[in-house]
Amino acid sequence: MDRRDFMQYTGFGLAGLMLPGFGRAVAAETLVTPMDVALKKAMADVALNAATGAGATYCDVRVGRYLNQFVVTREEKVQNVVNTESTGVGIRVIANGTWGFAATSNMTSAGVAAAARQAVAIAKANSRNQTVPVHLAPTPGVGEVSWRTPITKNAMEVPIKDKVELLLGVNAAALKAGANFVNSTLFVVNEQKYFVSTDGSYIDQDVHRLWAPLNVTCIDKATGKFRSRQGLSSPVGMGYEYLDGAATGKVLGPNGLISYGRSYDMVEDAIAAAKQAQEKLKAPSVKPGKYDLVLDPGNMWLTIHESVGHPTELDRVLGYEANYAGTSFATLDKREAKFKYGSDLVTLFADKTQVGSLGAVGYDDEGVKTRRWDLIKDGTLVNYQAIRDQVHILGENASHGCCYADSWSSVQFQRMANVSLAPGKDKLDVAGMVKDVENGIYIVGAGSFSIDQQRYNAQFGGQLFYEIKNGKIGAMIEDVAYQMRTPEFWNSCAAICDESDYRMGGSFFDGKGQPGQVSAVSHGSSTTRFNGVNVINTARSLG
Amino acid sequence: MSMFTEAEAKAILDKVIKLSVADECNASLGGSINGNIRFALNNVSTSGIVSDTSLAVQVAFGKRTGVATINEFDDAALERVVRRAEDLARLAPENDEYMPELGKQEYLPTPTYAQSTADITPEYRAQVAADSIDPCKADDLVAAGFLSDNAGFSAFANSKGNFGYQTSTDVNFTCTVRTADGRGSGWVTSNYEDVTKFNAKDDIKIAIQKAKGSADAKALEPGKYTVILEPAAAAGLISFMMFGFDARQADEGRSFMSKKGGGNRLGELVFDPRVSVMADPWSTDAPAFPWDGSGVPRKKHAIIDQGKVAHLNYSRYWAQKQGKPMVANPGNLLMAGGTKSTAELVKGTAKGILVTRTWYIRLVDPQTVLLTGLTRDGTFYIENGEIKYPVKNFRFNESPVIMLNNIEELGKPMRIAGDESNFAMMIPPMKLRDFTFTSLSDAV
Repeated sequence: MDRRDFMQYTGFGLAGLMLPGFGRAVAAETLVTPMDVALKKAMADVALNAATGAGATYCDVRVGRYLNQFVVTREEKVQNVVNTESTGVGIRVIANGTWGFAATSNMTSAGVAAAARQAVAIAKANSRNQTVPVHLAPTPGVGEVSWRTPITKNAMEVPIKDKVELLLGVNAAALKAGANFVNSTLFVVNEQKYFVSTDGSYIDQDVHRLWAPLNVTCIDKATGKFRSRQGLSSPVGMGYEYLDGAATGKVLGPNGLISYGRSYDMVEDAIAAAKQAQEKLKAPSVKPGKYDLVLDPGNMWLTIHESVGHPTELDRVLGYEANYAGTSFATLDKREAKFKYGSDLVTLFADKTQVGSLGAVGYDDEGVKTRRWDLIKDGTLVNYQAIRDQVHILGENASHGCCYADSWSSVQFQRMANVSLAPGKDKLDVAGMVKDVENGIYIVGAGSFSIDQQRYNAQFGGQLFYEIKNGKIGAMIEDVAYQMRTPEFWNSCAAICDESDYRMGGSFFDGKGQPGQVSAVSHGSSTTRFNGVNVINTARSLG
Repeated sequence: MSMFTEAEAKAILDKVIKLSVADECNASLGGSINGNIRFALNNVSTSGIVSDTSLAVQVAFGKRTGVATINEFDDAALERVVRRAEDLARLAPENDEYMPELGKQEYLPTPTYAQSTADITPEYRAQVAADSIDPCKADDLVAAGFLSDNAGFSAFANSKGNFGYQTSTDVNFTCTVRTADGRGSGWVTSNYEDVTKFNAKDDIKIAIQKAKGSADAKALEPGKYTVILEPAAAAGLISFMMFGFDARQADEGRSFMSKKGGGNRLGELVFDPRVSVMADPWSTDAPAFPWDGSGVPRKKHAIIDQGKVAHLNYSRYWAQKQGKPMVANPGNLLMAGGTKSTAELVKGTAKGILVTRTWYIRLVDPQTVLLTGLTRDGTFYIENGEIKYPVKNFRFNESPVIMLNNIEELGKPMRIAGDESNFAMMIPPMKLRDFTFTSLSDAV
């Protein structure tokens, strides 16, 4: 998510609500009442019959109910509490070998049938310019099945009062620990998706996600300098239990740093953030040059997302995103030539089944059962991310199961699966990794990020930077950004900590497509070492 | 139904206000019809039309506020949305920063609507795609682009008698043209209220020329260069800088507009004296709505006046707290320049780099507004007033504040809006010294 999105999503009053895709605001009790499955099935069957009757050779129907809740605070104030709901039906068809799509919020039989016929009409109209008919990988019907994110505490059922108390408590703790300013927010998402297709699938899914970002700022009035430290939490595919702050979810790192895995203590992190933001004000500036980088999973996820997740999306590789998100350096000929994407230690895999991840679902938005597959195997580019109408290009006959639409009103297309770095096979912790680093930097948390349109040249920051000298992690430093060329960077991977250090980070609002759609995706890794990476100093003077 | 006339909108809004039993009520109604066509690999990939209308109701009991929205407009639905907002308001904690509704304001209409754009048909969109794809196919090039057109209205009313209504249109076109072998890439963008000003056949020539001209790029060493940023290349950096014009952030000491020791830099010389930026909602080149997000009527005024900061954005709450007059937040940025085209700026350049477009711009350090990003779709080396050869793309790390102190010359402002900027802008091509490129990119 970029800053512009964040400003919009946390906007005050009406301005924050008039955004497309957020639907209408609803009362809190509405958020915990599911739609009747029989009603959804009846509506979907109307659409299937209308579409096939109008000449569709394939049809899928998504009856969607998308619920969001946001609680936005700063210091001792609640800035906004918003509940939204959006419900409707999206119908996708193939007619004359061409895709057509229509969506409606008119959920009467007549309304749904009309939308189905409109989708067929659009397909037939577009087929006049179609040069190659849609080639759809076979997907067996699964009958009537259901799937739910394995949550133990539905965040939608937690009273707003409790959420407000949590956030104001977080803010008070940060201010007491020396913060000048603090913002904290809760985003709660529930997608209730009912998918039906002419393949014979009736799939009812209840998907939950949660994000609790915070941002602490400290100011040195004498010098005019200010520094911020964002929270070290991750957006997750979990319920409110993520915020229990269980000890089992914590990872104690060097210099007393606490990172978080499957559980988050927001108050504890806010206090640490306030102290560390003050430390950042006094930390010396980095000397630019080549360093061995030791990257915490909280930093790694964004680097994986940009430099592996995006370039292995097949639609980008083929050129379908050339005008917006861009293309990819990881072209099909490179896979043929067994392109060395990274060192032998590097195995990166896509996985839509990881428990707790943002992308976890039982079935994707075209009814394909989700699974895990390798993208980079022992350093070699071996595969891409592809959906039903793309996998034949890879010589495969089954979709990877990574199709997604951000709303009932959006057409589904290929979106990034959770893409993660496999942990090291040998036992290794952070201390063990650092002990033979002579001149390095330990980086925690994600910061600024930018990458070119073919995913070669990237620059990443972080939240906390510590120098490593002669095998020991030392004092905090500031103004660090590392620059990389993707293949060289991954080929410089020298060590990966073992599975006990594995954690996931993620993006709640990853953008793609025209018109734009967002999706949520996680990326896991253990702490990883990269040798000889270029680090620049980002300090400037405005005079 | 997505477009309401002023009378239809007012009737719905008046009903809503009347239904509310809260201390204050504000209702906002907006609707639009958005058409689009997308193409890639010289084929149309998707096209569609989305109609949407939404009513948002905000009510307040004292300083407790609630908001609800709905997209149905019968009497029962209106009653429902008002009650939902009121229920939420009763549950909400007090918001100390809640500002009472504005009294009746006067809004002078601005030229945001063109019937020509509202009349765009699916056939027109298909023709734009064909006009973009055909010349590319004929030249062994590959086109990918997106045309999006929008016609809509915005209306609001409150329990103190304030009311506003205005229609608007917008057409946005972008097209990326790549050589079939992937060695060259060009791009063009256009954005207008009035589609009669848009000509895809002319635009595509620019993208084709850039694509063919950018193949076989040579690598130059990263470093500080004199650059000419085309308007689209400069817009993303300048519009990013405007986030720092928030008065509250500045007063709180967390913006480049903060003053050492406290306060903000309003009135100070922060930029080269040749930098002047106006807000003017009645601009015929890049108009804006006559009210800002909180309903305050916009005026014509300077934002930067000959290098001095002339305006910071105050919320109604912050203006009252700081004892400042409330001035509406700008809806457009009109930057002054000269008379020269980009080509004429190139002619007057001994050595430099021409940048077509900047991409993936992100904030690195808010203290200095240090931004990073990359050049894209046509980067060229200039010597003795001529473009000598294409160069590989660069990553930059540069602050727009420093940029606007390193001005060599400004050209003739052009309109940039849509994907490339948060604002409708008039922005000149800029010749700047010592622009900082920090690394090379292999991306084409």
